[in-house]
Amino acid sequence: MKRMNVLNKMLFLLSGIIFLSACGPVVEEESITAVGSSAMQPLVEAAGEQYSGENFGKFINVQGGGSGTGLSQIAAGAVEIGNSDIFAEEKEEIDASQLKDHLVAVVGITPIVHPDIDVSDVSKEDLAKIFTGEITNWSEVGGQDLEIVVLNRASGSGTRATFESTVFEEGQEAMVTQEQESSGTVRSIVSSTPGTISYIAFPYVDDSVKVLSINGVEPADENVVTDDWFIWSYQHMYTNGEPEGLTKDFIEYVLSEPVQENLIPRLGYIPITQMEVQKDAEGNIIETE
Amino acid sequence: MNPKKVDKAAIAVLYVLAALIVLILASLLAFILIRGIPQFSWEFFTQPAKTFEEGGGIIIQLFNSFYMLLITLLISTPVALGAAIYLSEYAPQNALTDFIRTAIEVLSSLPSIVVGLFGYLIFVIQWGFGFSILSGSLALMIFNLPLLTRTIEDALRAIPGAQREAGLALGLSRWETVTRIVLPAAMPGILTGVILSAGRIFGEAAALIYTAGQSAPALDFTNWNPRSISSPLNIMRPAETLAVHIWKVNSEGIMPDGAEISAGASAILILAVLLFNLLARYLGRKLQQKLTSA
Amino acid sequence: MEQIKDTQPTRSTKRNQERFGKTISLIATLLIVLVVLSILFFVLSRGLRTFTQHDVSVLDFFAGTEWRPGETDDAGNALVGALPMIVGSFVVTLLSALLATPVSIGAAVFMTEVSPKAGKKILQPAIELLVGIPSVVYGFIGLTVVVPFVRQLVGGTGFGMLAGTLVLFVMILPTTTSMAVDALNAVPRHYREASFAMGGTRWQTIYRVVLRAAMPGLLTAIVFGMARAFGEALAVQMVIGNAPVLPDSFTTPASTLTSILTMNMGNTVFGTLENDVLWSLASILLVMSLVFNIVTRWIGKKGAIKG
Repeated sequence: MKRMNVLNKMLFLLSGIIFLSACGPVVEEESITAVGSSAMQPLVEAAGEQYSGENFGKFINVQGGGSGTGLSQIAAGAVEIGNSDIFAEEKEEIDASQLKDHLVAVVGITPIVHPDIDVSDVSKEDLAKIFTGEITNWSEVGGQDLEIVVLNRASGSGTRATFESTVFEEGQEAMVTQEQESSGTVRSIVSSTPGTISYIAFPYVDDSVKVLSINGVEPADENVVTDDWFIWSYQHMYTNGEPEGLTKDFIEYVLSEPVQENLIPRLGYIPITQMEVQKDAEGNIIETE
Repeated sequence: MNPKKVDKAAIAVLYVLAALIVLILASLLAFILIRGIPQFSWEFFTQPAKTFEEGGGIIIQLFNSFYMLLITLLISTPVALGAAIYLSEYAPQNALTDFIRTAIEVLSSLPSIVVGLFGYLIFVIQWGFGFSILSGSLALMIFNLPLLTRTIEDALRAIPGAQREAGLALGLSRWETVTRIVLPAAMPGILTGVILSAGRIFGEAAALIYTAGQSAPALDFTNWNPRSISSPLNIMRPAETLAVHIWKVNSEGIMPDGAEISAGASAILILAVLLFNLLARYLGRKLQQKLTSA
Repeated sequence: MEQIKDTQPTRSTKRNQERFGKTISLIATLLIVLVVLSILFFVLSRGLRTFTQHDVSVLDFFAGTEWRPGETDDAGNALVGALPMIVGSFVVTLLSALLATPVSIGAAVFMTEVSPKAGKKILQPAIELLVGIPSVVYGFIGLTVVVPFVRQLVGGTGFGMLAGTLVLFVMILPTTTSMAVDALNAVPRHYREASFAMGGTRWQTIYRVVLRAAMPGLLTAIVFGMARAFGEALAVQMVIGNAPVLPDSFTTPASTLTSILTMNMGNTVFGTLENDVLWSLASILLVMSLVFNIVTRWIGKKGAIKG
């Protein structure tokens, strides 16, 4: 039966791997899964790597998938941590009462434009009008005579929700226009398409695009902590009920001084401990000491 | 116009079309390789990826890609082979067979994102495999089966009926004829199918984002215990592949050298596919020699 | 052959062997069918919830042009008109297939009939390599090469169906060409010989004999290509602009079923209208590929009778 070898070999190899996986010696290891906001992924991943480096045999498995996925999976109890850049209360369908919110960092969001645009400051009202489609030419806000190309984020994305809730007045609605999902694609389209405006989180800003100040306020961390730069959002890590074991340990680690003072600023986020104001799920700002 | 002139003109057009395709393909390859190869360095090949600093490498993703390919082929080749044998050798010509064929072709036109989400909800959540190589391979199997079945079936059908008749005349059963005569003879065609699908597996990202995951835990290449999370052999660990890495770097990467990493990784991906193709062809030739020289 | 004779088993083991072979190959086939049916069931049952659970009228969904899931119009109907995406998907798929068909069949004929050596040595390996390029890379090339090219050519932003078509055209070339080659190779040698013997020129042989005989296979190649184009997401998403509006030209931002599907899936919550309506889009994709298949089969059968 020498000739049956091909099939047999394959089956043998396959069963071998399954056998090995099932019967290898048990190892003292623990892992948890954090799923959600893709914009938060680099932050949680970096913290998780550092944590695993310091705690042998403990693994933090970080996956993206979007804030919606993170919230629905944590609500369903399918994962240990749900990452989100919006409040669970902002998604009506999620039963937020089950979830425990852990605010781990803050991120600012800034309008970006193609580098050749002659505008560097815009008023909040004009910014809103650009995204609702009332202002359609850069000359209306002091720039050259060039049509404005509005690039929005996917509806339902956390970044878009934050941008619209802080920039738009009651009743304003975004125009139907181009949309992209990811920060990287938005940045590369804005940098290469004349006349384009969009918005991204601070960590994604680089030399290829130009940032706009709003009402004379620069998009900088020190302006976010005082809410002078008002487009910002929390980075939430949600747990289903009180965290326990490794989950609790990891969240405490993220909130600890070495991570907050060192890792988070290096990634371009703002430590939660530095905030001088608080925001609630409805967007109300409360001054703190 | 006389037939001779028409012939000349038509053949000329064919030359132009073939040249056009070569031009498109060559410029694509050149674009990717020219941008990518300058990024190659020892560190790039041997270092794990970095989340937010410069100088990350791709060793883990590269390993994951090959390992995932191996597992996927191990799961899907027997199924595709079986189905192809059934369809080409046993299946009667009737409505049911037509239905089966249609089903397989419908599977091939599923957008990979749908396969990925199906895999996510079924393998990752429902069956509790989690974000793992196993979930990823099962999703890839779904995505890969139609093309593989189809190419293998074509390869089997291309074997002349006379060879089967010879086998049957020797008193062999149909099954023996297939496994001992038709399969070995069809090996080159089967191999082409495997190679083509391997290329797709290497390049697939959307189906894996939600199943094998988009993070690559650090691997310890000295740990060969398949139950340990840091072991390269573990099929229950999350595994970001090279194609997923390129996607991630382009979409949400915050490392300053993201563009360079993505260019370098794309070039490596092409070279890896090339390497795999050459290897598979070489092994296929050896295998066929062994099978036919008894 | 000697060896085979030596290992001749007895009659009953032979029957068992035969039964064994037939059974396992049938099981493999049924496994695939099972996978297909469960995916179909899964996608359709979620997709139909838009109409059964959320009471969206079928007409509003298929003929509506306003896509703002989560919002309602003045009468309280959800704004989930999918027509812009349906149109977008069809246009880019058909146009890219229209471009790819002559090029890939031409190249395949060249590879099999005119210069098989060059075909095997250069084209075949190149095509196999290209299959492995991830869609993200195609998307990236689209973004850095095709979009600026379209912008230079016709103005506007460059994002739109034209850019999408061009990217898809290149993406499906490897699939359609390699399958067309297989179809042509499957035409028996003696067909060609008979034609030459009757004094046919090379082109007459190709056009009247080889292409006719290979017609069903060639059509399948194109349908596979179209199916790939229809289902492609990541690359198209980067170049088409993703504006859910009925496109009024080839160079204004538009959207396809898959681009909207991929973009929004992660941001919606399972079980809500916003999520279910995306599965409805996926259901359209499934049903369409079913239609593609039935049409090809029909054409294939007709072609076979004529040939």
